[in-house]
Amino acid sequence: MEAPPGHAQTHHSSATPTLDGVRRKGFVQCGVTTGVAGFSAPDAHGQWRGLDVDVCRAIAAAVLGDATKVRFTPLTAAQRFIALQSGEIDVLSRITTITFQRDVQLGIEFPASDWYDGTGFIVHKRLHVKSVKDLDGATICLSPGTTNEVDVADYFRKNNLKFTPVVIERLEDGTNAYFAGRCDAFSQDRSNLAAVRARAPNPGDHVILSEVISKAPFGPGVMPNDLRWMEIVRWSVYAMIDAEELGLSSKTIEQALASNDPNVQRFVGKTSGFGAMLGVDADWAFKIVKQVGNYAEIFDRNLKPLGVERGLNRLWKDGGILYVPDLR
Amino acid sequence: MSVLCADDAAATRTLLRPRLSWSKPRTRAIFLQLMVVAVACAIMTMVAIQTAANLRQRGIASGFDFLSRATGFEISAGPLSYSSRDTYIRALELGLLNTLRVALLGILLATGLGLLIGITRLSNIWVISTMSRAYVEILRNTPLLLQLLFWYSLSQALPGPHAALHLFPGVFLCLRGLFLPSLVWHEGYLGLSGALLAFAILIPLVRTRSRQRRERKGRGLPTTLLLAGAAVVLLSAAIAIDRPGLTIERPVLIGFDFHGGMSISSEFATLLIGLSTYTAAFIGEIVRGGFLAVDKGQTEAAAVLGLSRRKALRLVVLPQALRVIIPPTTSQFLNLFKNSSLAVAIGYPDLISITSATLNQTGQAIEAITLAMIFYLAISLTISLIMNFYNTAIVSPERGGHNS
Repeated sequence: MEAPPGHAQTHHSSATPTLDGVRRKGFVQCGVTTGVAGFSAPDAHGQWRGLDVDVCRAIAAAVLGDATKVRFTPLTAAQRFIALQSGEIDVLSRITTITFQRDVQLGIEFPASDWYDGTGFIVHKRLHVKSVKDLDGATICLSPGTTNEVDVADYFRKNNLKFTPVVIERLEDGTNAYFAGRCDAFSQDRSNLAAVRARAPNPGDHVILSEVISKAPFGPGVMPNDLRWMEIVRWSVYAMIDAEELGLSSKTIEQALASNDPNVQRFVGKTSGFGAMLGVDADWAFKIVKQVGNYAEIFDRNLKPLGVERGLNRLWKDGGILYVPDLR
Repeated sequence: MSVLCADDAAATRTLLRPRLSWSKPRTRAIFLQLMVVAVACAIMTMVAIQTAANLRQRGIASGFDFLSRATGFEISAGPLSYSSRDTYIRALELGLLNTLRVALLGILLATGLGLLIGITRLSNIWVISTMSRAYVEILRNTPLLLQLLFWYSLSQALPGPHAALHLFPGVFLCLRGLFLPSLVWHEGYLGLSGALLAFAILIPLVRTRSRQRRERKGRGLPTTLLLAGAAVVLLSAAIAIDRPGLTIERPVLIGFDFHGGMSISSEFATLLIGLSTYTAAFIGEIVRGGFLAVDKGQTEAAAVLGLSRRKALRLVVLPQALRVIIPPTTSQFLNLFKNSSLAVAIGYPDLISITSATLNQTGQAIEAITLAMIFYLAISLTISLIMNFYNTAIVSPERGGHNS
């Protein structure tokens, strides 16, 4: 079967269908959640907000020079990979855990990770549960199609514990069932539990267990047919983290244009011509920071207000594990 | 070609000649139909080839190999033992059985309730007929998904397991479900199976005797009463002879939940109630229509023949009404079965719920959905087949005979 024109070239360096498409359309089509506070959710004015949303905006700033040129496609967990595979979206930025199977079997590329999470639990306070091991025989509410579903099964099996799952499709219906007492515990990504507790009729009645039973590196996903696009997504994420490390924020970056620091000069595009190598404007990284902010600003804006701790997602020099290559 | 020979020998001879005449309507029809089939086949093949090529190009693995891998996720309940180490096939089987369980019970309940609604709709008592009418209008004119969520939130308003309602000794009702004592029959299966065998032999015996007696004396035996009595005697005999260990297991609250006994989860109960009450509204209308379709003269004629009202209903009206009732009821059964896929909204692990879990964990969307479609199609066709068989074998033969 002949491939349609545009896909015909086998040299991936010259085949950039996604990038070409984004330039032609004039916006980035970005797959996000149907509403998870802190990562991607519309605010009172209908504007999408969150860490995953800001990653999309950073990509748009790098490629199109304008962080507002993003259109969002809300997707359920079940729809997300199909939307990416079918080309409905250019990038999937949707609290997606990077796993072997998703990378190798689904053929999705994850150019960078932008958040480190893990499966955690929220429980009713009156049950006096102190640790996950106290949940033997408990009923646990879960969202279908998540890594949490497998993490919980694995952890309970490993520790010879039993549980009954109640799997409800919509997150809201699931949390409501948990609040009503249908389940003793609700399992979700740890970073999401603060938002779940905040929605409870009486947040004081619920405890978030301190244990995290799995590793979950989140990252934006792209299709493997466009290497250049993959590189743009990767370095857009890296640029936000590098900016924090260099002390560049949306407020200070204008002054940084006059800096003598070679690292800063490379970053803002004064020297080295990295923009041209990536096929975007010379000041692409400057625009990301100017229009979207550095990683700390993005965290403070989206996740901190929800009571989420930065934890592992601090810079390596602050005791976290965010350690990315420099722009050099 | 031999198929065509049966009725029109002349046409066949024409057809068998080397030059097919285009002026013959039959030749044209065959040719056009072949063309349609060929085009349909070609389009389907092209779609399949293109899909396979697209999947390859995007580096997506395809095929059904994933079915024999371990799922890694747990499923709350079902008639099969299952753990996260079992395969996707096992998980899908469990989902299928869960779907069948709720659909078959739902069909039974909806039929019973629908019959009741249909008959009370025709009642001369204003209160009763109005109540049935209100039931039909409310249930029929609101979306089923909304009704399911309504029933589910109603069940979630019940107290938790630690404050469960103690309805009867050993019967607890809470927002997790209904917990009942179960009867455990240890050993002594010999007597029980003997009793069952004897009962199975007794049924046709009693019915034959009853018919013979009716033919001789004009009155049959009270078969239901006789058989129920026989069942009690046989069961008591089996228990007396075998002395099986009969124990009643009561549900007990241990830790987070009730253990032991039987349980009906609130998800299963909600789905069953939602599906059967919704479908019953439609079946009620069909039943009402069926009875109204039987001419009033039939009832009058039955009365003239000296049949009691009950017998007139059973022997004259019902057989004719059923002819009108069965075909649309079949499609209601199919609707109920297909609507059971809304289970995913309230967390009941039906076939669609397990299919979407499979799809999510493996990413094999096309394969998983194809399998689910095949299952649904196979069961729908089976339901249609059984109902059509019932229609032709039991209902239709009476056609003609009673017609005036």
